[in-house]
Amino acid sequence: MWKRDEAVKPTGPATPAPAAPAQTQASAPAQPEARRQQMMERDVVNIGKSVVIKGELNGSEDLTVEGHVEGKIELRDHVLTIGPNGKIKAQVFAKAVIVLGEVNGNVTASEKVDIRDGGSVDGDIISPRVAIAEGAHFRGSVDMQRKGQPQGQTQQQPQQQSRATQQQPQTASVAAQAAAAH
Amino acid sequence: MVYHSPLSLSDLFSRKRKDEADAADGGGDSPVYPTRALGKFLSSLNTIPQPLLLDLGPVVGTNVTFFGEELGCKFLVENVFKDIDRHVTEGKLDELAAFLAKRFPQGDASVDGILCWDIFDYVDYKVAQALARELVRILRPDGALLAQFSTTEPKNAPSAYTKYVVVDRQNLQYRPYPAARPRQRPLVNRDIQRMFEPLRIAEQFLLKNNLREVLFRKPPAAAKIEASNSAAD
Repeated sequence: MWKRDEAVKPTGPATPAPAAPAQTQASAPAQPEARRQQMMERDVVNIGKSVVIKGELNGSEDLTVEGHVEGKIELRDHVLTIGPNGKIKAQVFAKAVIVLGEVNGNVTASEKVDIRDGGSVDGDIISPRVAIAEGAHFRGSVDMQRKGQPQGQTQQQPQQQSRATQQQPQTASVAAQAAAAH
Repeated sequence: MVYHSPLSLSDLFSRKRKDEADAADGGGDSPVYPTRALGKFLSSLNTIPQPLLLDLGPVVGTNVTFFGEELGCKFLVENVFKDIDRHVTEGKLDELAAFLAKRFPQGDASVDGILCWDIFDYVDYKVAQALARELVRILRPDGALLAQFSTTEPKNAPSAYTKYVVVDRQNLQYRPYPAARPRQRPLVNRDIQRMFEPLRIAEQFLLKNNLREVLFRKPPAAAKIEASNSAAD
């Protein structure tokens, strides 16, 4: 029994157990911080003010849009931020959407849509959580499903009311597919 | 030994919601008044799975969250106050009735609940009639419509609308904001009833702040058919 315990313990006093933390202590606060910064820079992609994208935008990392996007944006498991200079004329599918700029089109998020002060959305929102700040502009409908409610019910609802869906007849089916996918 | 808190859990939640709303919207000084009809309105829609709710007021984030959480509804915002302002500033107030008659893209009997707030206090009777006709058209049988009507003359009333922020089922926070038009002469009860026919008044409350809350219900289609059948017999 005793021998077994001793075998588990680190043998020999030469092992610099306290020394190792002492070495890392000096660089500990700096290294992970810098690393985290690098990771964040790597994970968040920025579309600059002068960039104009027409078409479909797919991605597997967080995205900040400061430019113009027309078409469709799909970031199913990531956060899309539309910056104060961003102008989107597209259908948006993301995990979370933060709007500080302008969005013209339907927004579907599996977690949250957050329209901040100065942000503008013209279109329908489908998300379990929606936050609209004072000073934000919103025109359209909000579809929040109660927890535990079957997703299929969204498809049964008449979609003809929505202004955005009237303009884009395919939206309803795309939104329904998105809801089913989550 | 058991200690009982004087606050219930719902009190704590409503206080939290109010604090959050104040923090987000900067409306900390606005007064909070009780509401009797809101709870009834919610109860009438509770049985409908994912109802469609139409709000005629300005978009209020906390209200969207509240109704979404309470009803799991689809929430539609059609700010009619903005339409009034636009017609006043453009000097086209006489065209407002015709505009409102075509304002709502919703189909017949497609909306489960309508929140009118106090919109009818700011329009003339002719405009109110046109608006009410449209709301009756889009309201689904068995649907509910909540409206508030002032009962006092608007003597020297400032040009201000009120944003009604839901604190909880029993309380609303009144937040005034600038308007292009002051409150108009209050509608009498008979006119209100006529305007909304064939809706029936399910509940009516006169609040201490001289506001009359009215909950209308649209008679179910089945009852209508039965009535017409019995009339035919």
